[in-house]
Amino acid sequence: MVMEIVCPAGTPAALRAAVKAGAHTVYCGFNDETNARNFPGLNFDRAEMREGVGFAHDHGSKALVAINTFPRAGDQVLWHHAIDDAAQSGADAVILADPGLLKYAARNHPGLRLHLSVQAAAANADIINFYACTFGVKRVVLPRVLSVPEIAAINAEAEVETEVFVFGGLCVMAEGRCSLSSYATGLSPNMNGVCSPASHVEYRDENGALDAKLGGFTIHRAAKNEPAPYPTLCKGCFSAGSQTGHLFEDPVSLNAEQLIPQLKEAGVTALKIEGRQRSKSYVAQVVRNFRAAVDALEAGQPLPQGMLARLSEGQAVTTGAYKKTWR
Amino acid sequence: MELTVGPNQFFWPAEDWSAFYGSLAEAPVDRVVMGELVCSKRLPFYQERIPEALALLTEAGKEAVLTSLSLVTLKRERKHTADLAAMGVTVEVNDLTTLAYLPKGMGFHVGPLVNVYNEGTLAWLASLGATRICLPPELPLSSVRTLARAGRELGIAIEVWGHGRLPLAISGRCYHARLHKRTKDNCQFACENDLDGLDVKTLEGQPFMAMNGVQTLSHSYACTDYQIEALADAGVSALRLSPQSQGFTRICQNYRGRVTGVLAPGAIAADVQKASPQTRLSDGFLTGPSGVAWSAGPIPS
Repeated sequence: MVMEIVCPAGTPAALRAAVKAGAHTVYCGFNDETNARNFPGLNFDRAEMREGVGFAHDHGSKALVAINTFPRAGDQVLWHHAIDDAAQSGADAVILADPGLLKYAARNHPGLRLHLSVQAAAANADIINFYACTFGVKRVVLPRVLSVPEIAAINAEAEVETEVFVFGGLCVMAEGRCSLSSYATGLSPNMNGVCSPASHVEYRDENGALDAKLGGFTIHRAAKNEPAPYPTLCKGCFSAGSQTGHLFEDPVSLNAEQLIPQLKEAGVTALKIEGRQRSKSYVAQVVRNFRAAVDALEAGQPLPQGMLARLSEGQAVTTGAYKKTWR
Repeated sequence: MELTVGPNQFFWPAEDWSAFYGSLAEAPVDRVVMGELVCSKRLPFYQERIPEALALLTEAGKEAVLTSLSLVTLKRERKHTADLAAMGVTVEVNDLTTLAYLPKGMGFHVGPLVNVYNEGTLAWLASLGATRICLPPELPLSSVRTLARAGRELGIAIEVWGHGRLPLAISGRCYHARLHKRTKDNCQFACENDLDGLDVKTLEGQPFMAMNGVQTLSHSYACTDYQIEALADAGVSALRLSPQSQGFTRICQNYRGRVTGVLAPGAIAADVQKASPQTRLSDGFLTGPSGVAWSAGPIPS
């Protein structure tokens, strides 16, 4: 079986671009706080979602709807409606993280396929099988804390499909279990669907250097003519002990393109690309590259080399936790 | 309102560990959660001391509880989780993996590292046997109120993070090891010298976070001194005090004084500042614009 490429679609235009570029599957979200990329100008209203799912189906692709934030106490109905509307739009699956929502979906939409979001951080076969058994989850998106051998071990025991991130932004903390952003800004991925939000970023010229502040904390300083990466908290510059630098992670993004054969060997079903906030041309180019890679693998041909480096954030890439030495 | 001592988040020498739990037998707290929360590599250094500490605290009239790890990935961590469920002591679930091992019908507690953000998840945990839930620290007071109401209807006691450095993130990567140019597998226990975590400062020297192996904490100490009346009014039944290497008995005594009305709002904060003027406090997750914010006075209701 050829590995499934799962592509981000932040807008209807990106969805169409991804599908035309050869995406087996696209994933998208509604334009509210029910999804973890709740950015201004992004995502789908109800009509766009129905049309988008229809467009994907007409072209032989699948469409998934991410409802992967944690409902606010007292306001669960907003998330429940999102599940109802995703089911009604004909989506092939919903991607959920919150157990309460999984229970709601399993009870009210027994025919709706459930994927467990990376935001649930299910990092071993026991919890994966527990989700499968309890809610009928069919696929789990694995957190970015696991090495390839660990993924293989999970697949040997897990009763469901697994999907792993191969390209784009890299969380260095276990996903869905990080409140660094709300500590500094009041807004978090879990509650608001945003991390290190632009609304709290401030750039300031300090004697020729460009300081980047998030929530008032200076977490990056770029000398004149140096690139200034977006100030994401876990990739900021800090000091501890006698050291100053990127103590958690450098401003890198994930590119596990060259690990695709090992991931297939490890039993992974689907490869996920991060980036619903990206442009349609970016998405199309990434999709074409990954589609070429999995098709080459399926045909027993060598993988194309280094096609994606210039699309990566700050030009620097990592294979993250997939190689154990990263940890 | 009751007081619960949360699991120690740091790596302390075994003798200090024993002395700490010995001292808690005399402290005015109702419940003590112990065991390893952060890193399974630390456990062998004090694991054999746990039964004695459990017995001592039970003898002293405290409810003794064992925590699960907060991130279970390795085979030995799965085995440890299975063993916990079989120890005959109440388990605090801090990674849902534990649920896969708990015998059906066995009651359990849920710790602050499980994402209980809403009534749906709370009811689901209740249906599985949860009897006590310590809510995630990032929840605002409005959510706490709604969840405490839902908890009351379902017979679940609701606890809130009361005092101590906030657990903000857990990772597969060990930052202490990385700081010492080592990998996690060859960490040589780089975290052992930082008994309350290692200060992480911004480029302007502003204290911001604390590094604790695979965990990242707030630099500030969360403090509910000015929130206790509002939390009690919301129906919260216990406050969680998180162990720190210095002055912890005094923290327990001060909170006991506050929840029984002997001390007035502001007394705890004043005492912390007196004992350690450089300590920063925060209570922003409950009522402020961001987690790091500090009310520094009574909250207008």
